[in-house]
Amino acid sequence: MAQDLTADQALFQFLLRMGDNTLILGHRVSEWCGHAPVLEEDIALANTALDLIGQTQMWLGLAAEVQGEEKSADDLAFLRDVWEFRNVLLVEVPNEDFGRTLMRQFLFDAWHSIQLGHLMTSSNARIAAIAAKTSKEVACHLERSADTVVGLGDGTEQSHDYMQAALDYPWPYVGEMFSSDAVDAAMVQAGIAPDPAALRGEYDALITRVLTEATLTLPESSFGHKGGRTGAMHTEHLGHLLTQMQWLQRAYPGASW
Amino acid sequence: MPAGYRKTLIRQIGQHAHSEIVGQLPEGNWITRAPTLERKAILLAKVQDEAGHGLYLYCAAETLGVSRDELTEKLLDGRMKYSSIFNYPTLNWADMGAVGWLVDGAAILNQVPLQRTSFGPYARAMVRVCKEESFHARQGFDVMRKMATGTPAQQKMAQDALNRLWFPALMMFGPSDAESTHSEQSMAWKIKMNSNDELRQKFVDQTVPQIEFLGLELPDAGIKWNEARGSYDYSDPDWSKFFDVIQGNGPCNVDRLAARNKAWKDGAWVRDGLLAHARKKAARKHAAE
Ligand SMILES: [Fe+2]
Ligand SMILES: [Fe+2]
Repeated sequence: MAQDLTADQALFQFLLRMGDNTLILGHRVSEWCGHAPVLEEDIALANTALDLIGQTQMWLGLAAEVQGEEKSADDLAFLRDVWEFRNVLLVEVPNEDFGRTLMRQFLFDAWHSIQLGHLMTSSNARIAAIAAKTSKEVACHLERSADTVVGLGDGTEQSHDYMQAALDYPWPYVGEMFSSDAVDAAMVQAGIAPDPAALRGEYDALITRVLTEATLTLPESSFGHKGGRTGAMHTEHLGHLLTQMQWLQRAYPGASW
Repeated sequence: MPAGYRKTLIRQIGQHAHSEIVGQLPEGNWITRAPTLERKAILLAKVQDEAGHGLYLYCAAETLGVSRDELTEKLLDGRMKYSSIFNYPTLNWADMGAVGWLVDGAAILNQVPLQRTSFGPYARAMVRVCKEESFHARQGFDVMRKMATGTPAQQKMAQDALNRLWFPALMMFGPSDAESTHSEQSMAWKIKMNSNDELRQKFVDQTVPQIEFLGLELPDAGIKWNEARGSYDYSDPDWSKFFDVIQGNGPCNVDRLAARNKAWKDGAWVRDGLLAHARKKAARKHAAE
């Protein structure tokens, strides 16, 4: 497959990976609307979701252009099925409780901010521009999710236990963000994006610092689930998410909203 | 400040704040099903604004010496009310248009005069809230326009939403002046500036031409231009239904309150944890000094 991939096809896959991550995570976070533990969190979660949906419009908008089939960002978001999604599995796991939601956010934000930092110097000017714009938002997300992880980890005994469980569950989904394949090789070669594997050291240093401050223990297992970013395998949760997200577009094809 | 005036203000501001909070739920109900990325972003931003309105209003109430947690407890155990309009369900996507257009629209008419209300912190909160509410009403109308001029199925959704929400929206102005329990005293204190019936008529007069513009059917056969009054006649809502909802028997009362109680209960460990951390941090800082 690797040698069959044209430059545009690889770029398209890369953009889907970026846009599907923000789309699916933005959707998950938006599920909290009106149900957060305190009013300030309702506002902050809505704000995070809003940023992520805005970022999705940029990434999938560019993906649709590169694809060249006269599709829109909405077409990509609302009219693809599970196997065509390229987000990492981490972002599709359910919210469960506030602790799990914030831990998932932190584990993603940490990767996202490092990734965008590199993309700001991408050889592709459009990508560099999106990265410059979105990295400011993501820096705020990271600051907030890290603070909350620390606050709850180093809060009461009960909140500490919740947060340790909140770390244990998504941990096996972290490794996928650093796995590289032919698409990544093509991106590295074109100077568009960094090699995912190369970001791991910086990531580990960042999360270790925060999780230590949060008095949490990193799980020992280094096993990692994979398949989301290649589309080879998703969790069962994604289909249900799409069922809800895509319902109107699927039920009333061709309507304008 | 006279005790009765203070008590009335706490009731009104608290109820208003609770309405913003519970008001997140009927629209939050459609965020995960919004049909485009843009609509999803607009709806998220709107619901976020409502949470912000709740926040300013609780702050205004705090200046009267009542804490947000105290008011929240009273909402959760039913001692305080919130606007009955949020006890109606949102059943199709056009409801996201109709809610902004009719519900935020009616709220604006109720709230614009409150910018001049006699209690400063409430009046100032209302200035900011009203600005955002008019934005919501315009966005709602835009969704409605799109639906009313869309496919036959979309037009059906628009009509259905209008028909379901019309009378509940009229009821947002409260019972007729003769029957309203708090109106007279509140008008004397200048907490309330216009009568319920005055505002309701204003709402009907501004909304009927909009319904006609959208090309939708009027939701009430009693709507007719009255040349002599220079206003539209309309049918009085069935007030027994209004009192049913107030008594807790609206279509969503139980679910709305259960959702708020669940959020509060599930969030207890988070609030406790963050508070404990803030205390530890302050103590560490103190020890270091
Ligand atoms: Fe509001
Ligand atoms: Fe509003």
